[in-house]
Amino acid sequence: MNQKRRLVLTGLGVLPLMLVGCGKEKPLVVHGKDLTGANFGRDFNLQGPNGKHYTVNDFKGKVLMIFFGFTQCPDVCPTALARAVEIKELLGKDADKLQVVFITIDPERDTPEMLEAYTGAFDPSFLGLYGTLDETQTVAKEFKIYYKKVPTGSSYTMDHSALSYVFDTNGKLRISLPHAQSAEDCVEDIRQLLL
Amino acid sequence: MKFSIKPIHSALIISAALFSASANAAVTVEDAWVRATVEGQQATGAFMKLTSDTDGKLVKAKSDISKSVEIHEMAMQDDIMKMRQIPNLDLPKGEVVELKPGSYHIMFIDLHNQVKENDEIALQLVVENNDGSKETIDIKAPAKPLAKPAKGSMNDKPMQMKKHGQ
Repeated sequence: MNQKRRLVLTGLGVLPLMLVGCGKEKPLVVHGKDLTGANFGRDFNLQGPNGKHYTVNDFKGKVLMIFFGFTQCPDVCPTALARAVEIKELLGKDADKLQVVFITIDPERDTPEMLEAYTGAFDPSFLGLYGTLDETQTVAKEFKIYYKKVPTGSSYTMDHSALSYVFDTNGKLRISLPHAQSAEDCVEDIRQLLL
Repeated sequence: MKFSIKPIHSALIISAALFSASANAAVTVEDAWVRATVEGQQATGAFMKLTSDTDGKLVKAKSDISKSVEIHEMAMQDDIMKMRQIPNLDLPKGEVVELKPGSYHIMFIDLHNQVKENDEIALQLVVENNDGSKETIDIKAPAKPLAKPAKGSMNDKPMQMKKHGQ
């Protein structure tokens, strides 16, 4: 916070406390990409396996890490979720301050039951979210996620963005983690949001 | 003179090739595993290390666990994951070619049943040698947890296998 801003806030008496978290966040120095102040990836509204609707607001107080994928994916998606398991392990006593969410970009095949079994196979606390085709498209657009059906044999596979997005405890999108970033480096980035 | 010899010459090459395929050419398969699935999941992949002692290529993979089996390549372009079927996978002489998350895998599409942890998955790999001869390698790959990290396990043991000419 710069000096000028601090003076203004002090002058407003009780307001500074209310403004904590609403003001401009400091840029981060991270291994991933700093998305502080991004004008995208603001929110989603999707359903969990229990039928409940979730938005970013529901995860406030925790660091939220989201990944877009599909369960028929043999390579990138399980690797990203296995990395999330490692991240939680490395966070040690702070592990429960991280919520991992897997959002399907293939809701036609990924049923709520399968999503629950799939995320649960990695960690029972991981949550799988889905929407209708339209809702999925809306969320992907909001998060600049590319996905496309690609026919293979008699079936199809999905091309898709393989980033993980991280929100701070105030529900603001702060970091994107590329697929190749190590779990150790991801933890260093995430810890900055837990200070 | 040259023309009259040619048919005999070709025949010799073919028989030599057949002999060589069954007696000499060998592909070593190590650390093969299949990713386990949850119920309802219709696809998964197999990973392994292949080393051929002659220049060859993996041209086909077969298994009874799914309707189709394909050789796939994964590529990351601008943080976008793309997965594509490839017609074959080069196995240069003496080089370890790794099928692992982030590069190649054998893709099982339309699985008949859930692949459970520790299931032994029977898989046939068809390798074509540079002389055109083919051999089929039978392997059994254990199913490992869906959540297996990309890093290889130090406990992975070389595969038991048998091969026969084709």
